[in-house]
Amino acid sequence: MAEESNQTITDGLNSKIPGGPVGDKWTTYKRNVKLVNPANKRKIEVIVVGTGLAGASAAASLAELGYKVKAFCFQDSPRRAHSIAAQGGINSAKNYKNDGDSVFRLFYDTVKGGDFRAREANVHRLAEVSVNIIDQCVAQGVPFAREYGGLLDNRSFGGAQVSRTFYARGQTGQQLLLGAYQALERQIGLGNVEMFTRHEMAEVVTIDGKARGIIAKNLITGAFEKHFGHAVLLATGGYGNVFFLSTNAMGSNVTAAWKAHKKGAFFGNPCYTQIHPTCIPVSGDYQSKLTLMSESLRNDGRVWVPKTKEDAKAIREGKKRAEDIKEEDRDYYLERKYPSYGNLSPRDIASRAAKEACDDGRGIVASGFGVFLDFADAIKRLGVDVVKARYGELFPMYQNITNEDPLKTPMKIYPAVHYTMGGLWVDYELQTSVQGLYALGEANFSDHGANRLGASALMQGLADGYFVAPYTVGNYLAGEIFTKAIDLNHPAFVEAEKSASDRQKTLLGIKGKRSVDDFHKALGHIMWEYCGMARSAEGLTKARKLLQDLRKEFWSDVLVPGGLNEFNPELDKAGRVADFIELGELMVVDALNRNESCGGHFRVEYQDEGEAKRDDENYAYVAAWEFKGMDADPQLHKEPLQFDNVKLAVRSYK
Amino acid sequence: MKFKLKVWRQANQNAQGKLVDYDIDGINADMSFLEMVDVLNDKLIKKGEDPIAFDHDCREGICGMCSMYISGRAHGPQHAATTCQLYMRKFKDGDTIYVEPWRARAFPIVKDLAVDRGAFDRIIAAGGFVSVNTGQAQDANNLPVEKAFAEKAMDAAACIGCGACVAACKNASAMLFVSAKVSQMALLPQGQPERTRRALAMVAQMDAEGFGNCTNTGACEAECPKEISLTNIARLNREYINASVIAE
Repeated sequence: MAEESNQTITDGLNSKIPGGPVGDKWTTYKRNVKLVNPANKRKIEVIVVGTGLAGASAAASLAELGYKVKAFCFQDSPRRAHSIAAQGGINSAKNYKNDGDSVFRLFYDTVKGGDFRAREANVHRLAEVSVNIIDQCVAQGVPFAREYGGLLDNRSFGGAQVSRTFYARGQTGQQLLLGAYQALERQIGLGNVEMFTRHEMAEVVTIDGKARGIIAKNLITGAFEKHFGHAVLLATGGYGNVFFLSTNAMGSNVTAAWKAHKKGAFFGNPCYTQIHPTCIPVSGDYQSKLTLMSESLRNDGRVWVPKTKEDAKAIREGKKRAEDIKEEDRDYYLERKYPSYGNLSPRDIASRAAKEACDDGRGIVASGFGVFLDFADAIKRLGVDVVKARYGELFPMYQNITNEDPLKTPMKIYPAVHYTMGGLWVDYELQTSVQGLYALGEANFSDHGANRLGASALMQGLADGYFVAPYTVGNYLAGEIFTKAIDLNHPAFVEAEKSASDRQKTLLGIKGKRSVDDFHKALGHIMWEYCGMARSAEGLTKARKLLQDLRKEFWSDVLVPGGLNEFNPELDKAGRVADFIELGELMVVDALNRNESCGGHFRVEYQDEGEAKRDDENYAYVAAWEFKGMDADPQLHKEPLQFDNVKLAVRSYK
Repeated sequence: MKFKLKVWRQANQNAQGKLVDYDIDGINADMSFLEMVDVLNDKLIKKGEDPIAFDHDCREGICGMCSMYISGRAHGPQHAATTCQLYMRKFKDGDTIYVEPWRARAFPIVKDLAVDRGAFDRIIAAGGFVSVNTGQAQDANNLPVEKAFAEKAMDAAACIGCGACVAACKNASAMLFVSAKVSQMALLPQGQPERTRRALAMVAQMDAEGFGNCTNTGACEAECPKEISLTNIARLNREYINASVIAE
C-alpha cells in the first residue's frame, strides 16, 4: 500500500498524493505499491478504451505484465488514433544538449507553463519518467532524428529555453504511435490482448460503486456487446471537436468520458481548452476541419502583421503582397511584446496576441482573421535546403492545401482549437472518482494546468500508459484478485445495454429536418463565439441558454438516416454530437465560475493591459464537477492546489 | 463547379454492388474531395436517402483511414496525396468522376467505399515490431545510428498503412507495405536480433491473408501517398532470401 498521503480529503476529493518532498513522491509510491503475483495477473481482465499513445502503451504494457487485456477503438485499426497527427516532437529531460536542462527544470517549466493550475506531484512524476520514454521508444525502433555522430538530435520548442524536444521529422506522433501500436500488435499476436476495432464505448457499467465493464457498440453490425473488466481504463482523448472546427480528427469525441461522467466520474476544469496559434486559417463554411502547422515552425518563422491598418487592408484586398511591405512597416508583435521568448512564446500567449492584432484590423486574410509566419530570414541565414529538410513534409502539405509556396511567400496562420487540458478528474493514481475507472492521456485533466506546453502531450500520453498506469492500476487490482468475472446477465449490464440501445432508437425515431452536422456546426459556433479565446460573464450566460435551447432542438428536430443493425456512421455521429452539446454547457458553467484569467481561459473582465490576471487567492483549485442530472446544476468540488516547489508568480515571458 | 459522380454503392460485404450516378453543383475549388462528399451526403440525408459510407478521420493525410479509388487511381489524380488531401481544383468543371472502394480479396468491403484492412494489422502482429517490453530499454544514446541509415529507416517508416499500394496493384500485392516495415527494422540496430524471424513471419502472414504476388510493375510506388520507394521491395526480397537460407 502506498504511504499515507499528506493530502487530506477535501470537499469529497482525495487526490492521494504521497507524502515527502516532490522529488521523492513517485519513488516512495513505487516502493510501497501493492503487487499482483503472476498467477493472479492471468486471472485479471483489464479493459482499455482508445488506442492512441496512452491507450496503446497502457494495453501493451499491462499485457506484457501478464494481465488479460481487451482493447477497443472506433477506427478500423488501432494505428489510426489521432495521436498520429502530432507533428513537432516529444519533450524529455535527458539534457543531451548540456544546456542546463534537468527533471526539475522540465517540471518547473510545465507548472509555470500551465499557469499554476496543475498538480505539482503529477507534473514532477511526468518529468521524471520523460527520460524513460525516450529510451523505450528508441528501443522499439522509433526513427528519431539523429546528428552525424549517430546520437539523438534535439530542438527547442514553444515555451522552452532549452533544447529538449526529440522529433522524427514532422511526424513524431505517427512514429511514437506506431511504436506503441507495434508493441500492442505484438501482444495481440501473443494472445495477451483481444482487440476490438470499429467498436465504440457506449456505457460504463458500475456495480456497487466500482467500474466492472463496458457496453461497446460494434459499429459494423450495430450490435451492443457486454464486456466485463476488473478495471476500465479510458484513454479516449480530448473534446476539442465540441467546437466543430478544430485540429482534431473527425471521429475524435467525448462520448466515453461523458458517459463516465454521468456514471459518477467528476469532470475536471472543462473550460481549459488550448487554442493553437499556428493553423491554416478558415476559408469557407463547407470546411470540415482545421489543419495545424507544427509549432516547431516558430523556431525559424517570424510572426508579423503590417504596422498599419491600411497596409493590412491592401493585403486583404489583394492590392499588396507581403513582400511589398517594407521591413520597418512590419510589426513582429511577438518579438516586440515578449523580447525574451519572442516567436517561441507559449501557445495561449501567441494565440491571444494574434487575435488582438486581427481585432485591431491588421489581419491579412480575406476574412480578417490571419497573420503571417515568415521564413524569409531563416532562408537567408540557413539556405533553402536546410529549411526544407528541417520541416519535412509541412511545407508541401501547406502548399497543397492553400496553393501557395511558403518558401516564396509567408505562410498565413490563425489560432484554432487544438487540445483540451480539462478532462476527467483523476487522483495521483489516475483513478477517477469511480473506483476501478481510470483516465489516461488527454482524457484526464491532470498534468497541463490551464495551458499545455508544446511537445508535452505525447510525453504525457506515453508517461501515463507505459510508466504510470502499470503501477497504479496494479495497486488497485491487488485488492481485486478474489473478484470472479461477473456474469454478463447481471442487472447492471442488462440495464446499461438497454439504456444505450434505447437512446439509439430515440435518435432514429425523431426524423426531424436538420442533419447532425447542422447541429454540430451550430454548437461549434456558440462555443467559439462565447467560450473560445476570450470569454465574458455576459457572453457565457447567454451561451448557456443557447446551449440548453440547442439541446432541446436537437432532440426534437435531428434527422438521422438508416437503421439500427447496420453500419451507420450518421447514427454514431448523432450520439457523439448529443454528448458534445451537454459537455458544452458544462464548459460554459466552468468558465463562468472561474472569475479569473489563466492560461487558455481568458476572461475579458480579468486582465492587466491584455495580459491574463490570475486570482490565486480564490481560484488556485481544480474545479471537479459532479453530474447531478440532465436539468440540474452540476455540483462543484474544489481540490486546492498547493505550490511548495514552484513559487506562484505572474507568468511573464517578457 | 459541378460534377457527375459515379459512386460504388454496396450495402454490405455480401450484397451486390453497383455504380450509382449523382449530379452535384455549387462545389468550391478549395474544397477537399471529402468535403465535396460531405456536401453530397448532407443533400442525400435531407432527401431521406442513404448517405455514402466512406472511411476518413484525421483529414490531414496522416492517419491512413481514407481510401477512395477515384477515376481509376488510388487516392485520385493528385500525386503523393491521400484522398483527404485531394482538392477539387485538381478537377475540371463538369468532369465525370468515378469513385470506388479499394478492391482486393484481402480487403473485404464493409459498406460502399469502406473496406476492412485488418489484414495489415495481422501482418504487423506476426513480426512487425521489436520485442522489447516496457522498462527493458537501455539509455537511448547507447546505440548510435548512422544518420544516413536513420534517414532511410524514417523514409520507410513514413508508411501510413492506407492500402493504396494493394488497391493500385493488378495482383493486389501487399509487398510495398510489408517491405516498408521490414526495411525500417532491417536498417536499424534495434531490428537486428529478430531480423530473420521477422522477414519470414511477415511474408508468411501476407500470403495467408490472400494478397497477390509482386511482379515488379511499380504501380504501388506510383500511387503511394507517402512515396515509399520500390527499393524497399528489393530489400525485402534480399531479407527474405537471406532469412530462408539462414533458417535452413
